[in-house]
Formats: sequence, C-alpha cells, structure tokens
Amino acid sequence: MAAILEVRDLRVEFPTRRGTLTALDGVSFDIAPGEVLGVVGESGAGKSMTGAAIIGLLEPPGRIAGGEILLNGKRIDRLPYEQMRRIRGKEIGAIFQDPLTTLNPLYTVGRQLVETMQTHLPLSDRDARQRAIGWLEMVGIPAAAQRVDSYPHEFSGGMRQRVVIALALCAEPALIVADEPTTALDVSIQAQIIALLKRLAREKGTAMMLVTHDMGVIAETADRVAVMYAGRIAEIGPVRSVVKSPKHPYSVGLMSSIPPLDRRVAQLSGIEGAMPRLSAIPQGCAFNPRCPHVFARCRQDRPELIETGTTRAACWLYDPASEKRAPEAVQHG
Amino acid sequence: MAETPVLVAEDLAKSFDVSRPLLQRLLAGEGRRTLKAVDGVSFDIPKGTTLSLVGESGCGKSTVARLVVGLYRPTQGRVLFEGIELEKARANPETRRRMQMIFQDPYASLNPRWRVQEIVAEPIRAFGLAQGAAALRDRVGQLLTQVGLSPLDGEKFPHEFSGGQRQRISIARALSSNPDFLVCDEPTSALDVSVQAQILNLMKDLQARLGLTYLFISHNLAVVRQVSDRIGVMYLGRLVELAPAETLFTAPRHPYTRALMEAIPDLEMTGRQRIPVGGEVPSPINPPTGCPFHPRCPLADARCKAEMPKLLPPPGQPGTIAACHAVEEGRDPAPAPAGTDQRIGTTATAL
Repeated sequence: MAAILEVRDLRVEFPTRRGTLTALDGVSFDIAPGEVLGVVGESGAGKSMTGAAIIGLLEPPGRIAGGEILLNGKRIDRLPYEQMRRIRGKEIGAIFQDPLTTLNPLYTVGRQLVETMQTHLPLSDRDARQRAIGWLEMVGIPAAAQRVDSYPHEFSGGMRQRVVIALALCAEPALIVADEPTTALDVSIQAQIIALLKRLAREKGTAMMLVTHDMGVIAETADRVAVMYAGRIAEIGPVRSVVKSPKHPYSVGLMSSIPPLDRRVAQLSGIEGAMPRLSAIPQGCAFNPRCPHVFARCRQDRPELIETGTTRAACWLYDPASEKRAPEAVQHG
Repeated sequence: MAETPVLVAEDLAKSFDVSRPLLQRLLAGEGRRTLKAVDGVSFDIPKGTTLSLVGESGCGKSTVARLVVGLYRPTQGRVLFEGIELEKARANPETRRRMQMIFQDPYASLNPRWRVQEIVAEPIRAFGLAQGAAALRDRVGQLLTQVGLSPLDGEKFPHEFSGGQRQRISIARALSSNPDFLVCDEPTSALDVSVQAQILNLMKDLQARLGLTYLFISHNLAVVRQVSDRIGVMYLGRLVELAPAETLFTAPRHPYTRALMEAIPDLEMTGRQRIPVGGEVPSPINPPTGCPFHPRCPLADARCKAEMPKLLPPPGQPGTIAACHAVEEGRDPAPAPAGTDQRIGTTATAL
C-alpha cells in the first residue's frame, strides 16, 4: 500500500550568530496507513524536531533546508502558512506532551471540538455537537453528554489528554504526530492512553508517528522504530528486531541502559559520555567518541543506513567494504 | 541488641492548608480545607541500606523526603535520626552535616552564577571541614574525581555541563560534608536513560565504598528494583505495602502494587494484553472513605468502603506488610510461585 507519509533526506538548520547548526540531517522514512512508527532517542536527538518539521511548526529561526516531506504523495514542506494551517487538523492531527497547554482554557471542550470539526468538515452546529459527544465517548470520557460543556481545568490530567486525542482525531486526519503523549501522565493512566491511541489508529487506518523516549511504550505500541542520535537516524526497522536484537552500537547501548523490571543487575550498562552538542558534532559517525567498536573509518566518513538483515543501521560495521567487520556478538544484556 | 536504625519515621503526617481566602470562604459559607499529603507513615532504615518509596504523582513520597530532612515540620508523628528526635538532632551542626539531600532537577538545584568549585566547597566551608585554601581545593578535587569528573572541572560553571554531569556535581556537593545518610528525591528522573544508568551505578558504588544509607524516592519501579533493599509503595499519602525489594517484585500483595506492575509497558513483547487499572487517583483534599484505593480496586467490598485497613503481614509472608482487607482475609489471588508472571488482571472501567 502507498505510504501516507514520506520523508526524504530531511535537513533542518538553525542559523545562529556563530554559524549554522544542523539539527536534522538526511532523515528519511515513511509510514503506511494504519502503521505506528515509533521515534526514539535521548533529549536533543532531533525526534521532536522531526515531528515539528512534518506538521510545519518548526520554531524560528529553524527552517527546512533540504529534502522533502510528502503527505499522500503531495509535497507539504514548502506550503504557505495558510495552506499548511488547513492541512494541520484536517490531514495531520497533532498530540503534544502537555494537555493543559494544548487546550484553550477559555473555551469548553465541546466548543473546541465543534470548532475544529467545522473548520475542516461541512457540518451543521447540531451535527457537530452530536459528533463532539460521540468523540468524547469514544476516547472514554464518562458522562460525555454532560462533560461536553466543561472547561479543560475541570478535567484531570488523564482526562485532558483524552480530550486532546479526541481533538486530534475529530477531523479524521490521515496522519497523527504524537509527541510524548503519555510522558506527563502517571503510569496507571499512561497504559490507558496508549491502549486508546493504538486502538483508534488501527480502527481508522490512521498512520501514526509516535515520538517518545520511553522504550516500553514503543515496544507495546509501534510496528516499526527509528532510533535517532544527534539529528540522524541511527537505526530503523521492525520493533521486535530493534528492541530484541539491535544492530547499531548506539541502539545496543540504549537498550541495555534500560533498567530491567524483572531482575536486579549488579551493574547497569550505560553508555559512557553524553550526546554531542549540535555545535560540536564530530566528523564521521556522530557516535564514534562513545562507540565501543570504533575504528579508523568511523572517524572520517559518515555512514548512511546499511541493510543488516531485518533492520537498517547507519554503522560502518555492517558495510562489507569495511576492513573491520561486525563482531558476531553485538548483543545487548 | 540490634543496631539503632539510621532513620526512623513514626506515624508521620503532614497536612497543608489549601483553604480559599477568608472573604471568599465567608461568602461561600464554606470551612477550611486541608490536604493530607502524608498520613500515618512509619518506617525505619538500617545503616548501609536503601529504602525506596514509590508511587504516582501526589502520593506524598516527596513530602516524606522533605519531612525526613527537616524541610517540613510534621503535623503529627516524629522522625528519629540515630535515635534522636530530628529537631534536636538538626540543632547540632555535627549531626546536620551527616544528612544531605539530592534533588530531581540538576538544572534548578545548582547556582548558575557559581563555579563548580564554589558549589562543592560551600558545605565544606560551612561545616569547617578543611583548614586552608589548599586543603579545600584538594578536597573538592577529590570529590569531583569520586563522582567521575575531573578536578579541572571545578573552574567551570554549571551551564557548561550536561544533565548527567550536573547531577554528578549535585552528588559531589552532597558528599562534601561526609554525610552518612542521603535523601535522593527522583535523582535520575530528569536524565536520559543511558545517563541514568551511569548515575545509578555511581550511587550504588558510593554506597558500597562509603557505607551510605539512602532514602530513595522514585516513580520508576524498574529503577527502584536496581537500588533498593526494601521498598514502600505509597498511595494517597499512605504506605500501602512495605516489603524487601525482591519479595515486592516476586510476590506483590496489595492490589495497587499489582496494578502498578501491571501498568508498566515492558520490553519483553510477549504479546500480552495489558489490562490497565481503571480510573484515576482521587483528590487528596477529599479522599474516599475506608481504604483510599477501594474505588479502583477489583477486590473491594463493603468493609473496604467503610474501614481503613492496617499495615499487617499477609498470612505466611512475614517480611511484607500490606494495608488491605482482602489480603488480611485471604480474599486476594495467592501470589504465584517464583518465576511465573505475577501480574493479575484488574478492572478496566474506563476502556
């Protein structure tokens, strides 16, 4: 099936007084209908930036400096503001981390839903209100017919995030960009919200880009995962392969840093050092100063994504032309 | 006779007045409102061990941390530091030196205008622990080395460091007065996972080398499992279960503990359908009657709605205490033998 979202060689730059910083470089992926692509990485890796570029809400002075973004085969990265505004909401729904700042505190949730739907769909006032109540029911808000006239502050955090999900979905977009949708929520609420998002995306055939730093959430929700590091995709592949047998040394380190829930380990294996700042990304592979398998070529040339069986990893270990080949036991644990 | 625990909390409670202003109260004809952030919490921490408190936001775990170091004064109950009442203990600088705190946010807890050198040296100066500038500089260098930084880093300002390095600076500052007891309030929550692993390893290593005693506050059960000797689970200001770390994970008893474990997304990808616990944490201003968990509990009955359960050892499990009528009466599903999946299904009302 044709992909709903195609991102090709996306490059985002931030001009600063001290020179231009490259926040995203050569990011490519696509998402099929009904598919959930998880995007993981640590803070500053560029995962939220990728989402912001797709929905056309990059913080100035950030700008798309190269590549293209296609939604249902049409370029959306060069659209004028007005045109992009119409696509947001109608064709792309966005869910952000903090439900309180997403909702307008001065309007009832019903009015916000009605307004969103009427902006994008030809609906009478009465039909729109009926649909708003229907959406609140669908996202699991009890007594939706009464709650539709409540203001955001009258809802708890988990309920607010349900309202935000209803808002993102109510114009039936083809793509949802969800940026840390459960991070502000407690773990018992988080599970409810993930189950809800996943069910709705499946039922409506919506493509979803799920940005999060929580691998547990990804493992339970995503079909495929992209692991980002220093503004690039380090590895991309089916969720099971990336979680269970990661190939890129950064993914291996990331997976083994996660404290296991089912046992106690004497020593957690973190990754030495920290991610480089955008102003000081090393030559060659950005991960090379922290990589346990680094060799000469990593310090000179930047690796592109290379097929490694089930996933693709940007790592010279997997290039047949490299003199040092992938060790048999790049395993986590 | 057993050694005196480093810290004992006896029936601790802390209420906050959250009333509206007087005039509004009079106009609306309503009384004062209090929020019981912590209610009847007791525990002890033996020397050289780690007690962790876990729970969701608003359960009172951070309030307990603040009560224990004397940042808040308890409304009821008391804290004993090595057998001495906290207020008396803290009047003595020698005792005050021996308890320190590490905070969650390494961006907010370091003075941005001070060099790292000065940040780490402040407690040493305050307690008069080094004589002369050279000795002070040596001691700071030694502390920075101990937490995995370089003595040369003392010249820099906090903004020159990453989050993980800043948390190392916070730890160096906390260690600078040679404490025996550290209260760590979500020390790794603001950090990325690969950095979190470094900090947790550092904290465990320092405990082994210096014989430190920790009170560790976290919402992350997986983190808590890696560092704790004993774990207390809190819900709406109360301890609902307290057990040795391994027992809590292999044989959790309180329905809330079980629900929490059930709710954590895991990496195992067994395809297991998680059944999330329904509902949300009620408001602590107006808590439910009886057991605070009963509105969300799959085992709740009439007694749970009426009567507050006491912390008691479940039959045949002496190391644990749980505050649950169902456990006490043997109505809960028995804990499965070791090695099997402990998660139980809980009601899913919201979905």
